[in-house]
Amino acid sequence: MAETKKNSTVIHAMFDDDGRLMDAAKDLVAQGVRIRDVYSPFPIHGIDPVIGVKRTRMAVVSFMFGMTGLSLALLGMWYFMISDWPMNIGGKPSFSLIQNIPSFIPVTFEFTVLCAAHGMAITYLLRNGTIPGMPPVNPDPRTTDDKFVMEITDEQNPGVSTDDLGIMLKSAGAIEINEKEITA
Amino acid sequence: MHKEAAIREPLILGNKNYHDITTDVVGPIENKAPKGWYVLITISSLIAIWGLGCVVYLIATGIGVWGLNKTVGWAWDITNFVWWVGIGHAGTLISAVLLLFRQKWRMAINRSAEAMTIFAVMMAALFPGIHMGRIWLAYFVFPLPNMFGSLWVNFNSPLLWDVFAISTYFSVSLVFWYIGLIPDFATIRDRMTKPLAKKVYSFLSFGWSGKAKNWTRFEEVSLVLAGLATPLVFSVHSIVSMDFATSVIPGWHTTIFPPYFVSGAVFSGFAMVLTLLLVMRKVMRLENYITIKHVEYMNIVIIVTGSIVGVAYITELFISWYSGVEYESYAFINRFSGPYWWAYWSMMTCNVISPQLFWFKKLRTNLTFTFILSIVVNIGMWFERFVIIVTSIHRDYVPSSWSMFHPTWVDIGIFVGTIGIFFTLFLLFARFFPVLALNELKSILKSSGEKYKNEDH
Repeated sequence: MAETKKNSTVIHAMFDDDGRLMDAAKDLVAQGVRIRDVYSPFPIHGIDPVIGVKRTRMAVVSFMFGMTGLSLALLGMWYFMISDWPMNIGGKPSFSLIQNIPSFIPVTFEFTVLCAAHGMAITYLLRNGTIPGMPPVNPDPRTTDDKFVMEITDEQNPGVSTDDLGIMLKSAGAIEINEKEITA
Repeated sequence: MHKEAAIREPLILGNKNYHDITTDVVGPIENKAPKGWYVLITISSLIAIWGLGCVVYLIATGIGVWGLNKTVGWAWDITNFVWWVGIGHAGTLISAVLLLFRQKWRMAINRSAEAMTIFAVMMAALFPGIHMGRIWLAYFVFPLPNMFGSLWVNFNSPLLWDVFAISTYFSVSLVFWYIGLIPDFATIRDRMTKPLAKKVYSFLSFGWSGKAKNWTRFEEVSLVLAGLATPLVFSVHSIVSMDFATSVIPGWHTTIFPPYFVSGAVFSGFAMVLTLLLVMRKVMRLENYITIKHVEYMNIVIIVTGSIVGVAYITELFISWYSGVEYESYAFINRFSGPYWWAYWSMMTCNVISPQLFWFKKLRTNLTFTFILSIVVNIGMWFERFVIIVTSIHRDYVPSSWSMFHPTWVDIGIFVGTIGIFFTLFLLFARFFPVLALNELKSILKSSGEKYKNEDH
């Protein structure tokens, strides 16, 4: 494959086993290679710290949406039932939020869950870039079946030549190596 | 990596590798449907059309065409509503509660159980909707600004809590289910050769690529959704039970209702999961994934929840006597010896006695027996709701208003119709959707697959 220094090259090394990819990744990282990404048909546990993927903050997002839901629900019920049009229904107190709060708990809970779940789900889809109509970017259709692909760019690894990388990947157990040039 | 004990039975049988899992699940979608599928979907959609016809007739004429009278104002409609919501609960229990407890056997059944949940909740939501009579005013249940001064809905009412509970439950279950489906749709997209199908699955998969970061988020989101869905599922049936428990009708006004309803719901839901999956595993040849062990686990859940339900029935009887409240005692004496004795005793036989047979290992690992019993349990659970609802109100405070409930053909038609719609939807799901959670199964193949387990030892 012809090499031009100006364009960046992306190397896709395919593995047929998640354990082998994991070992290879540890190996390469120990030798100073930076791995850009890994494509796999299921989550490979433990790969994140190896290739430098940070812990996700989805749980925090969910908590914040949940809090929003909780506040909105209480605010809404206070407005509807206490402030705007207080009614005496079955002798239940309706003139203060604190006194009436026991019967507001179920809706508060449901609305909190509603907002936490949907808020997080929408954030998740947006952050992942998984939105209806988006084109898939996995380098090989087999990565959603039984193959695992490691993506390495020469841009991130200026010290190592692509040929050396190829040799390293082959010895680490890659079954297929594809180089692709991207004209930036 | 997580290690499973060697003596624990494998969850994926046969000499499977990752590719085999894909082929076994996606194969039936790519190939032509078997003849049996066409036969089943024709029958169930005909029933569904009949049911929808009954609904249209009901809405056009008014709920007078039901057998309701001025004493029994709630009967089959609410019975069916509670029955369907209860069935839905197993799906969430399997996908959320068992996820929190790290029960790996859930992975073979969670996808179809969640689909069942969604379809069952849809059927449930139909009943309060059509019971309104004027369904075009259904938006009145939401707190919307309106032209009648500012008349809001009553947030003290359990019926309104129900609106929030059911809509939250339905939409959160749907999202939970779909987020799990996205990577599996991507698998189908990448395999599919037919252009139209490829386009459709490509759209459904939202451009999923399976990057490391995507998977980290995926796992976190699944865990948090499970954490949210777990209290949600308990709250939903608790709130459904409060529709009754907060009223002052003898037979309804009991504090035992929320836990009693929740365990009943899980009980009937697992029975419905078994009814569906025992057929599905046979037809789609999934015996290696939904194993006898899976069936046994589910039957154990049925014993546990069935026993809780049994204890609840007996507690109710005891308390009605112990309370010394005449109305309360009468309501229960009337239940088991009054004109509806046959419904009470069918409920007792189906729900309390029959699941106890699962204490025998021979029976709980017997598929034919399990299938029959799963149907018996669902009949029993339908009777439970009927007994609670109709026998409690058919003896009014004034004996001159005492009455019986006789279902009309519209009552029966709509109930049977919802079963038809439910099965039609489930059959469509089984035909076009990945019925097992591919990505989850692949992630447990090495720790719980028979092939890998044998290699280790």
